[in-house]
Amino acid sequence: MLAEGRIWKFGDDIDTDLIIPARFLNVSEASALARNCFADLRPDFAASVRSGDILVAGNNFGCGSSREHAPLAIKAAGIAVIIARSFARIFYRNAFNIGLPLIESAEASEGLAEGEKSRVDLSAGTILRISDGARFTAKPVPDFMAGIIRAGGLVPYTIERIKAGS
Amino acid sequence: MPMTITEKILAAHSEKEVLSPGDLVQVKVDMALANDITAPIAIKVFGEIGRESVFHRDKVALVADHFVPNKDIASAEQVRIARDFARRHKITHYYEGGDVGIEHVLLPEKGLVLPGQVVIGADSHTCTYGGLGAFSTGVGSTDLGVIMATGEIWLKAPPTIRVNYEGRLNPFVGGKDLILHLIGMIGVEGALYSALEFGGAVIEAMPMYQRLTMANMAIEAGGKNGIVEPDEITKAFVKERGPEAEAGAVYYRSDPDAVYERVITVNVSDFGPQVAFPHSPANIRDISESGTVLLDQVFIGSCTNGSLEDLRDAASVLKGHRAARDIRLIVIPGSPRIYMEAIREGIIETFMEAGAVIGPPCCGPCLGGHMGILASGERALATTNRNFIGRMGHPESEVYLGNPFVAAASAVLGRIGAPGEL
Ligand code: SF4
Repeated sequence: MLAEGRIWKFGDDIDTDLIIPARFLNVSEASALARNCFADLRPDFAASVRSGDILVAGNNFGCGSSREHAPLAIKAAGIAVIIARSFARIFYRNAFNIGLPLIESAEASEGLAEGEKSRVDLSAGTILRISDGARFTAKPVPDFMAGIIRAGGLVPYTIERIKAGS
Repeated sequence: MPMTITEKILAAHSEKEVLSPGDLVQVKVDMALANDITAPIAIKVFGEIGRESVFHRDKVALVADHFVPNKDIASAEQVRIARDFARRHKITHYYEGGDVGIEHVLLPEKGLVLPGQVVIGADSHTCTYGGLGAFSTGVGSTDLGVIMATGEIWLKAPPTIRVNYEGRLNPFVGGKDLILHLIGMIGVEGALYSALEFGGAVIEAMPMYQRLTMANMAIEAGGKNGIVEPDEITKAFVKERGPEAEAGAVYYRSDPDAVYERVITVNVSDFGPQVAFPHSPANIRDISESGTVLLDQVFIGSCTNGSLEDLRDAASVLKGHRAARDIRLIVIPGSPRIYMEAIREGIIETFMEAGAVIGPPCCGPCLGGHMGILASGERALATTNRNFIGRMGHPESEVYLGNPFVAAASAVLGRIGAPGEL
């Protein structure tokens, strides 16, 4: 799986209230959530993010509440993959469950800057900066999680399991 | 092989006899929980999977507690989705209106979550039930939709961090301070992916409501679950929930030679009430070092400190006092039963005489939903669990976290302060 786009750079401990503030949680349509993604932190984000862009963050991305609205908003806004030094646990599950891949890479988290065009190869676990060809490596995505992404998320994955079992 | 209580509960609910940290297992769920924010997406997921009925109509709890009584048309539509689903599937434990309390207060109170169970909720503070000696953790709506269809979830067995609390508690120090102190020590990702097991002499003597408070905030250190090994205090709590609860409880304890990722010892004699400064629950200061922080609002409630005992603690400080003129004091009992009992005991009278607004049992301003939103530049001290940027309202407002004693004293003082200052 490949993704190519511009980098949106964020810091450490980006919590789910920053990703999608609670006042926007009275709806659950992904497109409506996307319009308010990072509303307080980066008011320009929702309007200018393009499909295929890449989000890069520091430690503990997605900490806080279990709201799946957070990865849904990011995915619907157009982000193809999130790279961070580490992810909060519930966010990590949620993102894979809805088919938004995450990769952990300290190197890329430090090395990549806002606006740089980059390419991510998920299965190989490599990240390439287009301008100078610099490469960064990532922790490979665990097989089980890769399986969920391949199926298209936990729902199709579960439907396959139910069919296989019955 | 020796195991921790977390490993034992997960093993008992999976096909494995023994479990080690890192093992990926398919786990049977005893209770699945969602609220008015997370249920609609879970219900949509359930529909996509295409199962006719939920895996067990007694093992799904839907609690409309976040934006209720419905604050606007959009939230009313969300609640209606949950209500229609509950009716269609004859869900036994659906709560709305006068039956509703904060999910994590209501479920233990009703004996719907028990020691030894696996409880999975589409709410991050589902980890609260670890106070009873259950394995409980928060997930997103997709996981929950799948559980409603299959009764199962995939989980990675977490390593356990054991925290032993020793020493003697200082006045007005309780579970809230112990967990805040720990988060201050290890940071907001100090327990990332791990189980936090609380023990030691201080925990063994700790009443249940404070154990629940401690487990509630395990997530604030990144923890997968917080847990306390059940004992006589646990058994007494379960006994009060009736014979059905007693029959359903299973009491696991960690083996003496269980393997821990890390063992931390905290000497509670070393600190007073703890306050989390903006904008992180790890930004902890002792109350004696909190300086002069003027406040606009004090909120007593939430799944962290919304129990009857918490209200008693706050009322014991407020009795005979009035909140400072410039303070909005908001008190929200965690459940209808707590509200009723607080009226009977005269606690509500104490709060009202102190100038408090009493809200109906729900999350209220905890998540900036409604009933107490902060304007820009305003400061609140709350007994809640999160003080992220904008958590209770405007992105330029500030939230400080503290225990119910501190909240009550601060309301009277008009600034952050300790009961001893009154
Ligand atoms: S009281 Fe606050 S933390 Fe607890 S469930 Fe409600 S919103 Fe979440």
